[in-house]
Amino acid sequence: MAVEHLVGAYHAWASNGAANAPAWLKTLRDTGISRFSELGFPNMKQEAWRFTSVAPIAESSFELAKPASALPSLEAIAPFLLDDETSHRLVFVNGFFAPSLSLLSADGVRVESLAQALADRPEIVQAHLCKYAASQDRPFCALNTAFVREGAFVHVPAKAVVPKPIQLLFLAVPGKSQQIVMHPRNLVVIDREARASVVETYAALEPEVYWTNSVTEVVVGDGARIDYHRVQRESARAYHVAATQTHQGRDSTIHLHTVAFGGALSRHDIGTVLAGPGGTLILNGLYLLAGRQHADHHTTIDHAADHCESHEYFNGVLDGHSRGVFTGRIIVRPGAQKTDSKQTNNNLLLSTDAHADSQPQLEIYADDVKCTHGSTVGPLDPRALFYMRSRGITEDQARRLLTYGFAAEILGRMEVALLRAQLDRIVRDRLAAV
Amino acid sequence: MKKGKALLEVKGLRVAVAGNEILKGVDLTIRDGEVHAIMGPNGSGKSTLAQVLAGHPAYTVLAGTAQYEGKDLLDMKPEERARAGVFLAFQYPVEVRGITNSYFLRSALNALRRERGEPELDPIDFLQVLEAKLKSIGWDDSMMNRPVNEGFSGGEKKRNEILQLAVLEPRLAILDETDSGLDIDALRTVAEAVNQLRNPKRAFLIVTHYQRLLNYITPDVVHVLADGRIVRSGGPELAQELEAKGYDWLRDGVMVS
Repeated sequence: MAVEHLVGAYHAWASNGAANAPAWLKTLRDTGISRFSELGFPNMKQEAWRFTSVAPIAESSFELAKPASALPSLEAIAPFLLDDETSHRLVFVNGFFAPSLSLLSADGVRVESLAQALADRPEIVQAHLCKYAASQDRPFCALNTAFVREGAFVHVPAKAVVPKPIQLLFLAVPGKSQQIVMHPRNLVVIDREARASVVETYAALEPEVYWTNSVTEVVVGDGARIDYHRVQRESARAYHVAATQTHQGRDSTIHLHTVAFGGALSRHDIGTVLAGPGGTLILNGLYLLAGRQHADHHTTIDHAADHCESHEYFNGVLDGHSRGVFTGRIIVRPGAQKTDSKQTNNNLLLSTDAHADSQPQLEIYADDVKCTHGSTVGPLDPRALFYMRSRGITEDQARRLLTYGFAAEILGRMEVALLRAQLDRIVRDRLAAV
Repeated sequence: MKKGKALLEVKGLRVAVAGNEILKGVDLTIRDGEVHAIMGPNGSGKSTLAQVLAGHPAYTVLAGTAQYEGKDLLDMKPEERARAGVFLAFQYPVEVRGITNSYFLRSALNALRRERGEPELDPIDFLQVLEAKLKSIGWDDSMMNRPVNEGFSGGEKKRNEILQLAVLEPRLAILDETDSGLDIDALRTVAEAVNQLRNPKRAFLIVTHYQRLLNYITPDVVHVLADGRIVRSGGPELAQELEAKGYDWLRDGVMVS
């Protein structure tokens, strides 16, 4: 059984590679592994996993990743980089920090590996780590917590403005001998009235089988703003399980963009808490799937304070036998008056074998709120096709243009222009669009 | 009136949608540069005629012919008709998510230019063409960088159709109830633009329920369509007569042709 295998791997690691950790961290890890071993892998009888089977992960055996025998060259990873537009770059290979591929700058902003931060000045890490992403009922998050060791740590102090994006790149170079699992753990802390943008990318150079199990916590202080871009470009044979949890203060703004292009099986839990009044959240996502890819996005927007605004847009473009799952849970807590929340999930089916599940879940406990949601699943709109053809565009080109527009609508909201252009190129290539 | 060459010649056109016969034998000849208005009550088949001429796939032609520049229009795909110079301004313009108006219009114009053997326009050249067109009809570029028709007001959608007409420069422009849903100011704006776009090489077929649009765009010929047939044709004064009498007299079978 994979659960026992992973628990065994934990104990071997905890008594050897991770034995020097401070007591608080050891406690976190121990709590994580015992919770994971109690919960086990989720199954489809559980509401949160109704449409997604993790059997391919649970029934395989994965070894804890080791440092790659050779690092890829900068040229090899260039397609994933945003050189001219980055202020800092952290590159991780098989989950291990690769200083030679990274770009650090001493500008008063802490952008470093989590291991480094734990070794040097752990106070802020300790204050925030595992405080937001709940492991209680989430086995993958619990498992990630058990193996907390490495990942990115970003701390932007109060009122600081980081003009260019911070890039966090996670590359899998698994080799062919065994299947590996990585548990990257990221912590991003934006103090009050600060501003930054982050691009977190998962990618592989070869189409190998491996498993990424990542967790990212993003804490945004009062009046602060972050534009957070998350790009999942894993190998088409990879398994990708991830949680992104944000927590935002009064009058703060988060624009959280996410795209999922890769992975045979991917599941992304996105949890957001609008904890102070006047907060703004944009949650903007795209999944572009083909073949037998399966991508599940499970989103929760928690309006815990009054006068907050959230706009959620998720578009799925599904070809071949692929399947897209979207769950959009919106909670409006008692007292969260004047909440303004909009959610849309549109799924475009390019083949009769593609499938989409869309589940809005609204839980509203306040009375003076505005909440709207809408979802669509279907082929290209025949009216739009005729409209384009009536302007001289061929049917084939009209189909590609309309499909591209579905994706472009999401990409168009992203702040980082170079990333937007890169993703736009990928979309055009995938759709053979004009 | 001096007669030009026949641009469109429709004979005995019978058309069905979902098994219902809507057009029951329409004859219509439009010559270069002429402006024809088709009026008629709801359900008379006005919009069907407009859509079938543009090639809407939902309609089935049961009988009859439509010759456009001497070619069999009904045998052409919608995009082929557009490239040959047929343009339909939609009654309900369609929203296209994620594609900006300017990108869409450039794609359409380049499709037409390819057909004519002209080089395609890059975004910068296109912008110049666009700005010239906007200037000629006195409009600004505020609609250009928004997704096609998305979030447009009713008036903006109709204006956008006319802008497309201006840029694509068709030989036969069919306006399907372009006046519906417009207030009087918006109607005047649209009508003035259409008048700017009239020329001896361009014919118009204006489908409308109301006479008021024709206060601003003076047609050469007015046709009355009722129950799938053109029951009467005349000059602009026919529109006035319809305005005065309404359409009820048609249902009473009082037809004068």
